[in-house]
Amino acid sequence: MARYLIRRVLWIIPVLFVVSLVTFTLMHAVPGGPWDQDKRLPAATIERLNAIYGLDKPIWEQYVNWVLGIIHLDFGPSYQFKDRTVTDILAGGILTTIQLGVMAFILAVSIGLPLGIIAALGHNRWPDYTATGVSVIGIATPSFVLAIMLILVFSLGLGWFPVTGWKGPNTWVLPTIALAGFPIAVITRYTRASMLEVTRKDYIRTAHSKGVGDRAVVSRHMIRNALIPVVTILGPILAFLITGSFIIENIFAVPGIGKYYLTSIAQRDYPLLMATTIIYAFTIAFMNLVVDVLYAYIDPRIRYS
Amino acid sequence: MASTQVVARGAIEPRATTGLWREAWGRLRKNKLAIVGLIAVSILMLAAVFGPMIAPYPYDFPDKEALKAYGFKPLPPMTAGHLLGTDQLGRDLLSRLLDGARISMTVALVVQFVVLFIGVPLGAMAGWFGGRVDSFVMRFTDVVYAFPDLLFIILLSVTLKDTPLGQAMDGLLLVFIAIGLTSWVTVARLVRGQMLSLKETEFVEAAKAIGVSDRNIVTRHLLPNGNGPVIVAITLGIPGAILAEATLAYIGIGVQPPRASWGYLVADGEKYIRSSPHLVLFPAICIAVALLSFTFLGDGLRDALDPKLKGKQ
Repeated sequence: MARYLIRRVLWIIPVLFVVSLVTFTLMHAVPGGPWDQDKRLPAATIERLNAIYGLDKPIWEQYVNWVLGIIHLDFGPSYQFKDRTVTDILAGGILTTIQLGVMAFILAVSIGLPLGIIAALGHNRWPDYTATGVSVIGIATPSFVLAIMLILVFSLGLGWFPVTGWKGPNTWVLPTIALAGFPIAVITRYTRASMLEVTRKDYIRTAHSKGVGDRAVVSRHMIRNALIPVVTILGPILAFLITGSFIIENIFAVPGIGKYYLTSIAQRDYPLLMATTIIYAFTIAFMNLVVDVLYAYIDPRIRYS
Repeated sequence: MASTQVVARGAIEPRATTGLWREAWGRLRKNKLAIVGLIAVSILMLAAVFGPMIAPYPYDFPDKEALKAYGFKPLPPMTAGHLLGTDQLGRDLLSRLLDGARISMTVALVVQFVVLFIGVPLGAMAGWFGGRVDSFVMRFTDVVYAFPDLLFIILLSVTLKDTPLGQAMDGLLLVFIAIGLTSWVTVARLVRGQMLSLKETEFVEAAKAIGVSDRNIVTRHLLPNGNGPVIVAITLGIPGAILAEATLAYIGIGVQPPRASWGYLVADGEKYIRSSPHLVLFPAICIAVALLSFTFLGDGLRDALDPKLKGKQ
């Protein structure tokens, strides 16, 4: 297990290397540069700026320098916010993005899991139809539509929550719900299917026939086993909630890193773009690793070597 | 729906040779949701093909007369010959939605074509050759998987925007290909898994024994035997692709005005949501119908093609 773990952790490095290389290449292929403004800067100024930021060097050298910086956790200067480093800009943004992602995750799990379980226990009766209805709505509503509806009803209509911003719990509610809508549906569907699958297993019949009470069968035998496959999707979902929140951040003006990603592309802010990409890629790779390890932990039948 | 064939009592009906597909169809037919999905998908496809022909107006035609008569505000539904109203420029919403159907259905097809084109060969190679090829392909899928996909698509479409590829199909082709490039991993892993289990079977051994070439074993025996799950994965991948396109269009990536996909229409109508909610509502409903119908159809296909798997995933 330890060897497997070390191998998997080390494997993240080449993955990030390839992701960064591809992004770096694409980024420099984008027409235009960071110094393009409405008023054209004089060529001499651009040259000097390029020299200051090392953009006059060959592309491969720039990449090597970038990698060397990353090793020291130095993400370089930002081109659009000239007095701040990328590390400085992202430090606050990451926490906000993670907070939003984790809150949406908690909400999605605490609604999705019970809903899926209730649906399976009341199979083909009203609890099932209610839960399925919720998941149908969740699948059919893209997060940006959900966000618009929430703003329309709860901000503009009822005035309960502010339209945008990120100052205190009151402003957290709508973005969290908008982000959690789709994962709620996915978790509900998955849990329900997994529970129904388990219901037919022999060991459940055995438990019933040896006289275990209904409650105990459900809580000790069914739910525990049914959750194993559900865990495998929780990792990708958390990764999705952290990397996929940029739309929601944009709509609700949440100061997370997703917002910086979009502006950094538009502004050709290469270091900021590279940093956000690497953070996102690391999140996804790391979540996958966590899931695989967790999987072995909760299901003793799985052994890695 | 039930067949009305009358069989004489006591007669032994020779069991017709029922292929996998016929049996699957029999099961699919009994699944109400799947049939609803199938019908909705067919309607969407018809709307995509014939929509622009039956549309009351060209999608980019501004009805200035009606707009002027209405004080230069978006027309509400059922006014001045516009069944679903118009936008702030007097463009007929129904006509724009029909053009949007064409975009969304093209997404569905082109993206899944790219997925098949990359995913099936790579998965088949990994599963068949095993060893180094297998680990190389699988590591490659790891890398692709770690790419933040929407962000990668945005970067790619900004990079190639001014190339011929970026201009093709009003800027859509590039987005479709980019979505495909980030979504083939599931299919590749699926095909690999199928290959691994099928290549140990007796019919493959028999084929090898009579001297069938590797290439023919893979293309004639293995792939056709494993195509059920692939079809299911492809169908269930369609809503993801449609959603990705809608999301990108919402933030202004992809389709170039005056053409508009459903996601773009939502973004465009958002400014007028209080006075003219129909501008957001109708495109949102279209997106919802498209997402649900493919999901229902995909779920139904999965249950129909592999009854053992029923309810799984």
